[in-house]
Amino acid sequence: MANIKPRVRIPKSAKKGDVVEIKTLIEHKMETGQRKDKEGNKIPRKIINRFECRFDGNLVFASDWHPAVSANPYLAFHYRAEKSGEFEFKWIEDGGAEFTKKGKITVS
Amino acid sequence: MTETQLILSRRQALKGASAFALTLVSAGLLAPGAHADAAAVDAAIKKLVKGTPTEGKIKMDLPQIAENGNTVPVTFEVESPMSADDYVKTVHLFAEGNPTPSVASFYFTPQSGMARATTRMRMAGTQNVVVVAEMSNGKVYMAKQQVKVTIGGCGG
Repeated sequence: MANIKPRVRIPKSAKKGDVVEIKTLIEHKMETGQRKDKEGNKIPRKIINRFECRFDGNLVFASDWHPAVSANPYLAFHYRAEKSGEFEFKWIEDGGAEFTKKGKITVS
Repeated sequence: MTETQLILSRRQALKGASAFALTLVSAGLLAPGAHADAAAVDAAIKKLVKGTPTEGKIKMDLPQIAENGNTVPVTFEVESPMSADDYVKTVHLFAEGNPTPSVASFYFTPQSGMARATTRMRMAGTQNVVVVAEMSNGKVYMAKQQVKVTIGGCGG
């Protein structure tokens, strides 16, 4: 799992009420379960099946993913900034492994 | 059974057989594996969403032609004030020509500010992409757009 790196881009600061864009990307093969190896055996499915974004502990955005989401899944979404605080981003893999990343925003 | 009836039934049997062969051929052309279609997408929508979708409110931004089906950028935006009592709850993304129709679901909150998201999806071949949006008041909207895919993105 050493090669799974989540990356997030959020603005460092925003004005109260601004809708900011959050861009996320995680390096992951997103193995569909459709492919076969050289011997013709099915390669088992292993994808990130859920993404969650929390702000100061409250779930503000989430997404469920199926094998049709591309490798190294990219996701951009929005958030209305009301106060300073910390985002927590979480990616959950088939089998339950979790990858997290945090980021702060200052709202004036 | 009279002779004509016999001939007729033989003809029908032959017709049936050739139709079957044709099905096999087209199925072969669609390989690898079984694919979803519009009906499968409708079934998947029914399973996930209550109520009948109506058109409108959704803007989709997709390439008309995608050279690489492994990673096709998709953006959607649903018109909504995103206030505490009127917001977009869920958006589902479907592909009519992939092995499974579901691609992803997005769960918004009033805190989202904007029901817009961008991701990248795999597409097995030229097909329709369907976006279905569920609003907090129970209304359901949908939009559809075709993408021509030069090289499919389904393993192999």
